[in-house]
Amino acid sequence: MLEFRREGIYCVPGQFYIDPWLPVDYAIITHAHSDHARIGMKKYLCHKFTEPILRLRLGADIKVQTVNYNEELSINAVKVSLHPAGHIIGSAQVRIEYKGKVTVVSGDFKIQDDGLSTPFEPIKCHDFITESTFGLPIYNWLEVNQINQNLVEWVLNNKEKGINSIIIGYALGKAQRIMNAVKDISVPYVHYAISKINNSFLEIGIQLPAYQTIDFQNKPKDMQGEVIIVPPSLFGSTMLKGIPRSFTAICSGWMQVRGARRWRSADAGFAISDHADWTGLLKAVKESNAERVYVTHGFKSELSRYLNEIGIESHEITTQFGVEEEIDEVINEEKS
Amino acid sequence: MRVLADLINALDSTNKTSSKIKAIETFLSESTELDKYWFLRLFTGKRPKRSVKTNLLRQWATQISQVPEWLFQESYLAVGDLAETISLIIPPSKDTIEKSLDQWMQEIMALPAMTEEDIKSYITTSWNQLGQTERFVFNKLLGSSFRIGVSSKTLINAFAKYYHTDSNLVSHSLMSDWDHENLSFEDYIKGEHINANLSSPFPFSLANSLDQELEDLGSSEDWQVEYKWDGIRGQIIHREGETFIWSRGEEMVNEQFPELLIALENINKDFVIDGEIVPYDHEGVMKFNQLQRRLNRKNISKKMMAEIPIRFIAFDILEFDRQDLREFPLKERRKMLEELILEIGSENFMLSQIIEFKEWSELGEIRISSGNINAEGLMLKGTQSSYPVGRKKGFWWKWKVDPMTIDAVLIYAQRGSGRRSGHYTDYTFAVKDGDKLVTIAKAYSGLTNSEIAEVSKFVRANSLEKFGPVRTVKPELVFEIAFEGISFSNRHKSGVALRFPRILRWRKDKLPNEIDDIEEIKKMITG
Repeated sequence: MLEFRREGIYCVPGQFYIDPWLPVDYAIITHAHSDHARIGMKKYLCHKFTEPILRLRLGADIKVQTVNYNEELSINAVKVSLHPAGHIIGSAQVRIEYKGKVTVVSGDFKIQDDGLSTPFEPIKCHDFITESTFGLPIYNWLEVNQINQNLVEWVLNNKEKGINSIIIGYALGKAQRIMNAVKDISVPYVHYAISKINNSFLEIGIQLPAYQTIDFQNKPKDMQGEVIIVPPSLFGSTMLKGIPRSFTAICSGWMQVRGARRWRSADAGFAISDHADWTGLLKAVKESNAERVYVTHGFKSELSRYLNEIGIESHEITTQFGVEEEIDEVINEEKS
Repeated sequence: MRVLADLINALDSTNKTSSKIKAIETFLSESTELDKYWFLRLFTGKRPKRSVKTNLLRQWATQISQVPEWLFQESYLAVGDLAETISLIIPPSKDTIEKSLDQWMQEIMALPAMTEEDIKSYITTSWNQLGQTERFVFNKLLGSSFRIGVSSKTLINAFAKYYHTDSNLVSHSLMSDWDHENLSFEDYIKGEHINANLSSPFPFSLANSLDQELEDLGSSEDWQVEYKWDGIRGQIIHREGETFIWSRGEEMVNEQFPELLIALENINKDFVIDGEIVPYDHEGVMKFNQLQRRLNRKNISKKMMAEIPIRFIAFDILEFDRQDLREFPLKERRKMLEELILEIGSENFMLSQIIEFKEWSELGEIRISSGNINAEGLMLKGTQSSYPVGRKKGFWWKWKVDPMTIDAVLIYAQRGSGRRSGHYTDYTFAVKDGDKLVTIAKAYSGLTNSEIAEVSKFVRANSLEKFGPVRTVKPELVFEIAFEGISFSNRHKSGVALRFPRILRWRKDKLPNEIDDIEEIKKMITG
């Protein structure tokens, strides 16, 4: 039913692509991160919460059709529906059914409930396509409450000394999670790239914790003990160096490993991830009941080999997902 | 141990030395004297031997975590540290137990006398009773190296500051064990048990890179020219029969060079000399990377001493018979140094050779060929100059050999370890061999962190094959490789060997077909 083509993952009878990386006629988009949602498609289909971000990032004039979770469409006799992937707000797994055969393309997903995104729902299928960003048994996340509390304690500790906490996370997804984690102790400042995304969410009625936008040219004087959330492209920039007395933390699953924390030369790292951990990946695979599992971006050969060894048929496929969120756009926005 | 785990977390949670010192001070105010002592020993290179073999630890961790061996290995490659891999891969513990650092160390030191079965049960029980950070710290206590991003110098400074005493004195105090039944920890740190005056070093004099024409230095007769050796700069203090070897980072490195201590054992003179510690075999000075093999080891084995003999090439004397000589002109100091080295009469101590020349113009050639004897170039010192403090201009000039360079393409990449884990940091490069490629060099350093991250991204996206940790990548990225020397070699497929290859810069402006050809490179070999 699926073909892995140069342009992307293609549904042959349905004549549409899922998260293609080259321009095609019809693209179903799992979520709006830049490695999954690219420019140049004649027509896009996505969850209704993804639409405003898609327009923000790819242009207001793109042609977009939206659906709710679990709403069934028929495209060239293929049944298509989107289901919560728990990765970020509006992120979806794509379920396609043709002649009784069900395939699920999970996009990026996580099992943990982050308190903002609609939680992941396992979907039974014959073929399951999974990511493997953190497909090694060393990646097991703490409970959401616990890791949030660790972040909050770090902020409070800084606050006590009048030190500002700069927190680094992707503008789409991670930034909102961080806002949510610190909502009881701070009304955080966020970078313009983040507030643009926040606005898009607010406009369609999604509730977000309070925040304020920081203007780096005219930033408030005497900032003390504040929280400032910025995207990764600003890490190490002169803009951030302009914030007096500050410590910097990176929020990313990669921060699970001490070497990675020290490598990035941040003051702290918190393993807060929007991807499934090792246990989560295995759980999703098992609960899908799939006969065949296709593993994409990440530790794909490791996860795939392990699945085969525990008796689940698995294949690796090469995609162009998993490239970190593009950072240039943030810098360009800043300049313009 | 909770206090130590908190400290490790705090040290990892900041990149600023001042905050690290603050964290150490907090630890000092919260822990017992014995724990402080252990901490200081562990992180200044004075720790007990590894008590459990790493492959046993690996085996037990694999069993408990129920992952296949190959997956453990892949995980290890991603983490780059066995202690940490084990701490992450074993399922989280339900209970926690709290023991002092001293208690852990006593238990760990008792392990070698136990049976393997008992050791296994002790270790696995401990793993199951510790949180992730504590488990990591525990594994590190079992092992032999533990880096916390704080140099022993910084650590000693923190202790010195806390106890209001001098840091060189703390280094000296640490040379003997603490007799904790008869001496308080504070008195131990403050050196009540030693004669502290004996060990204190002088500030090192440092050279500037030559930034003018030789002719502008004046008459060549007023200059003493020596080879610049590539080793470890060292100041050796010998007073009242005791010897102290200080590195340029003002770390006491006695343990690393036992030969030098033995050579001075029966010398009844007091003196302080400056020089370079170099690896040295029957052919002369060896390459620096040979010396690196024996650096930062706790115990230098007989085998290592035989394989990589070292010598101290003395080039200055700062004190003799407790008289400070630093204001004497170099000419006179040199005379005294020559007499002293003669008196020491050990082959481990040699004089830095003075290069004879008449005209400045002769030096160019000598400098170029200095690479042939593993020197880095030349040192020029005013014969009338005193021994300057720090990097004072006009006294000491270094005139290094310019490196040779080639353009080569990246073909293999391997992940680094420690803080470089997860990134591809070890590269193999190739040059053209007609219409094929041939491996020319391996190089590790020379790129910035963000460049390494960028290369890593490329490697992940462009892997052609995988052999264990090594990836074969599409030959696309071109780098300029600098090296100090080149010679014919039968052991290398390319037929040439490069000395000290390193990445000078990433040539993003070049395409793979613009790299150098091996036949052209061979023409660089002279003589």
